[in-house]
Amino acid sequence: MGNWILGGLSMAAAIFTLAALCGVIIMLGIQAWPSITEFGFSFITNSVWDPPNNVFGAFVPIYGTLITSTIALIIAIPVSFGIALFLTELAPAWLRRPLGTAIELLAAIPSIVYGMWGLLFFSPIFAKYVQTPLMNWTADIPFLNHLFAGAPIGIGLFTAGIILAIMIIPYIASVMRDVFEVVPPLLKESAYGLGCTTWEVIWSVVLPYTKAGAIGGIMLGLGRALGETMAVTFVIGNSNILDGYSLFSMGNSITSVLANEFPEASLTGFHQSALMELGLILFFITCVVLSLSKVMLLRIKKMGGP
Amino acid sequence: MTLYQRRKMANMIALTLSLMAMAFGLIWLLWILETTIVKGFSALSWSLLTESTPAAGSLGGGLLNALVGSLLLVFFATVLGTPIGLLAGIYLVEYGRFTWLAKVVAFVNDVLLAGPSIVMGLFVYAVIVVPTGGYSGWAGVVALLLIQIPIVIRTTENMLLLVPQTLREAAFALGAPKWKMILAITLKAARAGIMTGILLGIARITGETAPLLFTALNNLFFSVDMSGPMANLPKMIYDFAMSPYPRWQEIAWAGVLLITMGVLFLNILARFFSRKKF
Repeated sequence: MGNWILGGLSMAAAIFTLAALCGVIIMLGIQAWPSITEFGFSFITNSVWDPPNNVFGAFVPIYGTLITSTIALIIAIPVSFGIALFLTELAPAWLRRPLGTAIELLAAIPSIVYGMWGLLFFSPIFAKYVQTPLMNWTADIPFLNHLFAGAPIGIGLFTAGIILAIMIIPYIASVMRDVFEVVPPLLKESAYGLGCTTWEVIWSVVLPYTKAGAIGGIMLGLGRALGETMAVTFVIGNSNILDGYSLFSMGNSITSVLANEFPEASLTGFHQSALMELGLILFFITCVVLSLSKVMLLRIKKMGGP
Repeated sequence: MTLYQRRKMANMIALTLSLMAMAFGLIWLLWILETTIVKGFSALSWSLLTESTPAAGSLGGGLLNALVGSLLLVFFATVLGTPIGLLAGIYLVEYGRFTWLAKVVAFVNDVLLAGPSIVMGLFVYAVIVVPTGGYSGWAGVVALLLIQIPIVIRTTENMLLLVPQTLREAAFALGAPKWKMILAITLKAARAGIMTGILLGIARITGETAPLLFTALNNLFFSVDMSGPMANLPKMIYDFAMSPYPRWQEIAWAGVLLITMGVLFLNILARFFSRKKF
């Protein structure tokens, strides 16, 4: 009897989780349906987002989400790799735990704190000491001068990407550290025995061995970057108009549009439905990215992982 | 330069870069903490804990309503979410292990764990706020609970998997039924780790803002009525930080200090528990 109760309850709880995922997809799907049928595929390619005239194209927020996440990855991948390398190979044993914890605490800071700090403290300094010099330096270089153009006001796509990078570094770094630690000592010692330097051991033995896991960690970080809301909303500028392809320009991401517009969206037109479709698109993209991450991490687990 | 020198050089450069990456990571942590502490402490006063948020443009006031609201939301989400997470974790390891359902649930759980929290807000808006006709504390609780459950499931699963199989067999050999074995042996053996998971879950939902935007909303007045809009710290910080009133901004910084310290404390406490496992 007791067995029946506990078994039943625990199974119900497990199914609850499954139901939550299906529920999210179905509910968002139903809510987004008017917008899906009205705008069709042009929802993704159209860059006009005009609530008063009931026309919705989500190219700007989708572009914003993708570009900020890309910037975040470009910065976060090498830094996380460096941190993981430091924590597994360089740091003295007594420093590993406190330093590892410090990096993980970076992930614990609430995203709203990142947002407020980013807007009020980071962006003025960033505009003065990074954006302006970068603009002057690339002014004569073709292509790059379009990328780094416009007013260096400190907020915009580039700033959002950098804040996202700081936020996802702890996730990527801790996965990388964990997978680096599963490399059998025998393999590393053989390489050292042949006279390899630390860097050569990392680059030619550890990294190839843990490739799948490292990519899994990167995917996990990407998943987080795509769905991050508050920090991005503070610093991205919240503009639905895209002028040129400068990384300094203000923009919007899927999450920041949702945070800003959803509470005020009118129920009569397509506004709320279009926002629901954006949520559905975001959920779909992150699910795919996180599933890939999971598959990669399972692969390394089979090799005797953490 | 000989090959040997070049290899040594490459090694030196790479290791220096790695050291710099570590410093790069730590600088942000220190900078953010420094800002929070400096700005937060200067705004800290007793009235924060005894008075509710002031009207726009006026002086004085505090954060009492937001603090109470946040505590209520987190309390109910934890009380309701933890049992579900625990039970699902038990299912994954003790009952359903190796079945397809457990595999699918574990996979889905990992997706939910890192999924976008704002989408949970949209979902709860559609299933609770619209049918019940308005923003409410309960809607906020459900949104937070959907974020907390996956964390508890994940740690429960991991910790139960660490319990040695021989413990289970010993209990069975003494004639214990399975449910008794789970409650008295495996859960007990894994309790420190499970505690870690619950604390991490609380830490996570304490700082979550996005899922509350369209569920609990906010409330400038003191209220403990969970069926109406509920004041909460993260949303209050968001609204006040963006406002033009200096006193509101000051209160937002005090809120940032309280929330950051609270969350970091919970995280460190959780680590303290996890150290004691086995």
